[in-house]
Amino acid sequence: MRTLQFLLRKEFRQIFRNKSILRIIFVMPLMQLLVLPWAADYEMKNIRLTVVDHDHSVSSQKLISKINSSGYFLLYAYTPSYQQAMATLDRDQADLILEIPVDFERNIIKENESTALIAVNAINGMKAGLGNAYLQSVIRDFNNQVRTEWIQPTRFSPQQVMEVTTSNWYNPLQKYKDFMVPGILVVLVTMVGSFLASLNIVKEKEIGTIEQMNVTPVKKYHFILAKLIPFWVLGLFVLSLGLLIAWAFYGIVPVGNLLVLYTYAAVYLLAVLGLGLLLSTYSENQQQAMLLSFFLIMVFILMSGLYTSIESMPLWAQYLTKINPVSYFIQVIRMVILKGSGLADISQQLFITVGFALLLNAWAVVNYKKRS
Amino acid sequence: MKNHLSTGKVKNNKHRQFLSLVKKEFSHISRDPKTLIILLGMPIVQIIIFGFALTNEVKNARIGVFDQAQDASTQALISQIEASQYFEIFRHFNSYPEIEQEFKKGTIKIALVLPQNFATDLQHFNKAQVQLIADASDPNVANTLINYASAVILDFQDRTTANNGLPYTIHTETRMLYNPQLQGTYSFVPGVMVMVLMLVCTMMTAITIVREKELGTMEILLVSPLQPLKIIVAKAVPYLLLSMLNIASILLLSVFVLQVPINGSLLLLLAASILFTITSLSLGLLISTVTDSQQTAMFISLTGLFLPTVMLSGFMFPIENMPLPLQVISNLVPAKWFYSIVKTVMIKGAGWAIIWREVLVLTAMTLLFLGLSIKNFKIRLA
Repeated sequence: MRTLQFLLRKEFRQIFRNKSILRIIFVMPLMQLLVLPWAADYEMKNIRLTVVDHDHSVSSQKLISKINSSGYFLLYAYTPSYQQAMATLDRDQADLILEIPVDFERNIIKENESTALIAVNAINGMKAGLGNAYLQSVIRDFNNQVRTEWIQPTRFSPQQVMEVTTSNWYNPLQKYKDFMVPGILVVLVTMVGSFLASLNIVKEKEIGTIEQMNVTPVKKYHFILAKLIPFWVLGLFVLSLGLLIAWAFYGIVPVGNLLVLYTYAAVYLLAVLGLGLLLSTYSENQQQAMLLSFFLIMVFILMSGLYTSIESMPLWAQYLTKINPVSYFIQVIRMVILKGSGLADISQQLFITVGFALLLNAWAVVNYKKRS
Repeated sequence: MKNHLSTGKVKNNKHRQFLSLVKKEFSHISRDPKTLIILLGMPIVQIIIFGFALTNEVKNARIGVFDQAQDASTQALISQIEASQYFEIFRHFNSYPEIEQEFKKGTIKIALVLPQNFATDLQHFNKAQVQLIADASDPNVANTLINYASAVILDFQDRTTANNGLPYTIHTETRMLYNPQLQGTYSFVPGVMVMVLMLVCTMMTAITIVREKELGTMEILLVSPLQPLKIIVAKAVPYLLLSMLNIASILLLSVFVLQVPINGSLLLLLAASILFTITSLSLGLLISTVTDSQQTAMFISLTGLFLPTVMLSGFMFPIENMPLPLQVISNLVPAKWFYSIVKTVMIKGAGWAIIWREVLVLTAMTLLFLGLSIKNFKIRLA
């Protein structure tokens, strides 16, 4: 126990002596937490529209002003031809083109129907689909308006309507930040924990001081614990600071119990540190350790459900997320903070993470022994 | 004449010094095959995984149903929802608290509630209620699912009820340009390309100079007669060649494995990719000159670049949706400019006339990074 104490004192001293890395550990993640969540907004607003109105009738004018006042669209330009409208799409100045044909109004009256053309920049399929759906629904509304204006109410039997009402639970105002801030916090805690742990140990290898450790009577588990504990503490500290920022700057107050969150985070950090440790036993120098942990962490983060939902991934990728510790923490932090899920709700994630922690650390220790 | 000859010799000599420095850097890399394999293999694996797995489409979302009527008409609506590729019925509920329970476990994302008198309301009052409850802790998924579910319901309504042949109808005809099948890969593959190139290239050079500082070999380089610019360029050249291999493998994978076409000029795309690689390598060099340990350099290039690149390059989140200050900040992210180039050239098939601005910005950034690296490097010399 005393050995561990001494070793811990040494490790902490080493960490605190390196002011620049210390500053980076805290300042950079927290700056990002302050800035980046503002970028994470999928909500479709300000869809930029180019209009080609060949008709110049009262109806087409009304339709355009209806679209304009819907709140979703931003009229980028009127162009006299479809070609010119295409140029605005090519240059990424507009997302959608609405082309109203000649005789648009006349055809509605005489032929009882008319067709407008919508062209969408569909590189981003989801954005295109939603933009198109919004424009269609505005046009449908406009169409109903036309009918009620032009038709005597008695002649027109009311249509059967299924009225869809929606409720948004847990986040009724659909605040994206409430969703993203906890997720980004997980990423930052993960990066701080795993990178630092893997770099720290392999550095001793590179400099050669690890040989010195190996010939001392210090036991292996002392050495490893002394390496893990400081970063475990740092990780929890970053998490706490992040939660404070979430509360102070974003007004996010966890609905659930913080104790549940910390219980999970404590186990999670052990798993992530174990991963760092494992990577360091496999690498010969800091460059390798960094590249390996970068590779794994990037895969883990992008496939964690932070940005894109896991359900929409192909089946093999969904299985891959089952062995991805980050995806469990993303689920858990969102569940606890937004939905107030309790220990029982997250028990499955907790058990799996305990499994990760045991497996990764055991693997690292076994692999470490082989090398000495 | 004699004078001319001697300067020629000096030039030649300097040239040789530069080449031998490049050779030295090469042997550094080739002596460490493990790193080399990681550097070349990593982008390939990442492109494949991300290219296939990252998508914003929602398919097979688990939906829970609370059907209070359980008659023929509600059954028909439910089977309609089940038949759509978007939804998969997870379970049936008998009460609201059951829905809440399932939401808290995170097993379903959306619930459909049908009232007891659904069919009679529809027949007698021409109006029936359908309630959709979404787990909006993920607003994006909630929004998308509600849109999809509403569309399915609307479609069902149009087909089952007598709404056809209304007078004065405005039809719409939609053309999906550039990506008629609405493939998720068309927007994600270019984004993944940009991200992988950016991060791998920056990381490669980020530790080159600082490692020499840390190991003490820097002093030796500094007393050599080579100019700082040449030392820095010599460090970057081998990594540039490595990056070109990475560009080639990434493009081949995009076209042949992920089926994203190159509609524009391949030459233009390659040239722009090389330019962007140089930008990233220069950024790495800059990081290397301003830090004093490998650990710091790596930490900056990873933690400092990863999230901003993902979030501010426009590939995950549309930049025009961001608040103004962030739109301004996004201009500082090199990946934003390259993403625009890749999309324009690769997918839209447009050319130089549209991307020259982006190319100019990347060039300016490269010069700035290189200039700053050299300046920092000189300070160290003194």
